[in-house]
Amino acid sequence: MSATTLRSAGPPAGSGALLAISVVGAFLAVLGAGLSHDPIFQLQAGTIALAGVIAAFVLNAGMAGGTLQDHPDQYSDNVVKAGVIATMFWAAAGLLVGVIVAAQLSWPTVFYFPELGFLNFGRLRPLHTSAVIFAFGGNALIATSFYVVQRTCKARLAGGITPWFVFWGYQLFIVLAATGYLMGATQGKEYAEPEWYTDLWLTIVWVAYLLVFLGTIWKRKEPHIYVANWFYLAFIVTIALLHLVNNAGVPVGLLNHKSYGVFAGVQDALVQWWYGHNAVGFFLTAGFLAMMYYFVPKRVERPVYSYRLSIVHFWALIFIYIWAGPHHLHYTALPQWAQTLGMTFSIMLWMPSWGGMINGLMTLSGAWDKLRTDPVVRMMVVSIAFYGMSTFEGPVMSIRAVNALSHYTDWTIGHVHSGALGWVGFISFGAVYCLVPWLWKKPGMYSNKLIEWHFWIATTGILLYIAAMWVSGIMEGLMWREYTPQGFLAYSFIETVSAKHIENVIRTVGGLMYLSGALIMIVNMWKTIASPSAAPADASAVPANAIA
Amino acid sequence: MADRKIDDATGVETTGHEWDGIRELDNPLPRWWLWIWYATIAFSIGYWVLMPAWPGLHGYTKGLLNKSDRAEVGQELKALDKQRGEGAAMLRTASLEQIEKDPKLLAYAQQVGQSVFGDNCATCHGIGGTGSKGYANLRDDVWLWGGKLEDIQYTITHGVRTGAEGARMSQMPAFGRDEMLQPKQIDDLTEYVVNLSHRPADAAAVARAAPLFEAQCSACHGPQGLGNQQLGAPNLTDADWLFGSDRASIRGQIYAGNGGVMPTWGGRLSPETIKALSVYIHSNAGGQ
Repeated sequence: MSATTLRSAGPPAGSGALLAISVVGAFLAVLGAGLSHDPIFQLQAGTIALAGVIAAFVLNAGMAGGTLQDHPDQYSDNVVKAGVIATMFWAAAGLLVGVIVAAQLSWPTVFYFPELGFLNFGRLRPLHTSAVIFAFGGNALIATSFYVVQRTCKARLAGGITPWFVFWGYQLFIVLAATGYLMGATQGKEYAEPEWYTDLWLTIVWVAYLLVFLGTIWKRKEPHIYVANWFYLAFIVTIALLHLVNNAGVPVGLLNHKSYGVFAGVQDALVQWWYGHNAVGFFLTAGFLAMMYYFVPKRVERPVYSYRLSIVHFWALIFIYIWAGPHHLHYTALPQWAQTLGMTFSIMLWMPSWGGMINGLMTLSGAWDKLRTDPVVRMMVVSIAFYGMSTFEGPVMSIRAVNALSHYTDWTIGHVHSGALGWVGFISFGAVYCLVPWLWKKPGMYSNKLIEWHFWIATTGILLYIAAMWVSGIMEGLMWREYTPQGFLAYSFIETVSAKHIENVIRTVGGLMYLSGALIMIVNMWKTIASPSAAPADASAVPANAIA
Repeated sequence: MADRKIDDATGVETTGHEWDGIRELDNPLPRWWLWIWYATIAFSIGYWVLMPAWPGLHGYTKGLLNKSDRAEVGQELKALDKQRGEGAAMLRTASLEQIEKDPKLLAYAQQVGQSVFGDNCATCHGIGGTGSKGYANLRDDVWLWGGKLEDIQYTITHGVRTGAEGARMSQMPAFGRDEMLQPKQIDDLTEYVVNLSHRPADAAAVARAAPLFEAQCSACHGPQGLGNQQLGAPNLTDADWLFGSDRASIRGQIYAGNGGVMPTWGGRLSPETIKALSVYIHSNAGGQ
């Protein structure tokens, strides 16, 4: 025992190698920027060079000054803390851009900046989707997975300095993607907009993430692997696969930002929506179910409702989800048989999705009173309710006859946001509300009242948002298909756009409320971290070896 | 597992595993959940049997109902053609004037025109066709390129300043940007144009600008500023202003010589459709 507790020898494994990689990377990036004649490529390479130089300086200072120390007998919590802060930073940024694009749709002449092309809707819209999904959602998943896998395996994160590489490498990916969109560097694929060099960088970061996660599971001191880790692993592995296939492309030149995909026509569309739908399935569903499976039972201090259900719905979910993508291409050039399969697999996905909802909600049995007393529990339960609603709505919308009305309308936007704001957002906020006191060793959040405010403002915002989108979506869907008795379309497209002005305004208000809730949370978090520390409030904060 | 316990709150046994304090109950799969899942699977199998579903090496299973989207779309298009057919045939043979005079044909052309206008023209000219800054108002009796039925038909078919063969073409010089006139001269000309449209203006400036207008502007806009529809040169004496009526707008137009572009619709819309559109626009405006 004494030998292990004193073990705090030097910087984490791989620090020197990472320093060397940073220096070489910065050098190559400077070289690339210098040789390229493509201004977008030069700026992006310059960003990479800057990141490499900063990393090299910080690593060098940490190693030379002795501040970069490995603590093999403790959980790696600093990288989780950084992840929690990054999660909330990107939440605020991504939601703010969302409110701006909503305002542009509501008042297109007011929020129109002809002199600042990068602020146009076309540039900001992918910035919003990527910022909320990959920056906010991705950081929430990486941070919580790093926390959960250590606790449920009773092992420190594997890989020495690698978790830090994953964290900062992922932030670099976000910055490259976001600045790229604003400059117009895009592959034009939904949720897969970043260009080839950003895709390659994400591949490296993601493989490192997978290795850290697998290495930690490998080192575990528990006989079994907890269900949350199955879901995290499914998320990490499948996203790697989806990313590699959908982004297969050929750059115009090694010093040029532009690339062209290897698929064309309807094959390209099918691969894109195989990717796109499974980004929903494995990023936004499996990953956040993992979060739910740890934080809900932990917070309500109740056992998970059914082990058997968790096994059956896990395997059913991952086997069926992967086939559902073609429902995004109903009534297109995609062959009808592929549409049939996409639709039927989506319908068969309904109950496997609901397995997670049942396990989440029923875990509260014996502790329902916490809904009244603990706003964090209430937030997570409402999150599961939105999960249940949108995983029912999804299969309904995948039915071809329904899709004929709903496709391309605001209904889809409403559906996505009941999942994104309700499920993904609220379960992440719930997890962060749990994590902040646990990580920073505080007795609780600074203010429960502020959590209540956050909960009610954000919930009302979501309801306004999705109700407005249901109304405008169904209205425009009906207007688009309306014919005059002589056989001509009754409404022009622009008439359907002006018809939904009020709904657009309500949506903007709803989004603004949701953003306000997140800002309240950030203030609360800030106050909590700044408050005086208490004794460890939770046994999980004790070093790993002491438990083992 | 050795460590199975009974959960006090529910009376259900746990599985005996524990991770960081989290245990799992050994509840069975909820029956209603399982049966609904089976039902969705049964529905899917039934759907596969009836509809096009599984691919093979050669083709795919067609389904017992023998349904095909492709065939259905073809039938629907045919039905639509038939629904529109009588009117379309009449449009093809009738002249623009005949269409406008025959109430039945006119009503039909209005329908076609409104639908086509909404999808192709309203984006710039507005849903009601009333235009906006830089985009002509089509509901009044002021015409840049002529308001007769044939003029409208020609403008739609060939477009404006597209560079295509036969397109309406003219270009007002950018007197300021290209430094053809001094800023002071442009100021004077602005006053001259304000005066042309019967509004109070600086008389001295108007007097100074008279020879300038004669030399630079009258070739297109005419000595009295009444315009010339052959050249798309607007009448400067009326109350209708494409790029704005205030002094700043007029000055800006003399400075930059803006001219809008309208697409060439011939080849994109059928001749009958353009006929209907011309009649629609003509009959809803103070046509010439």
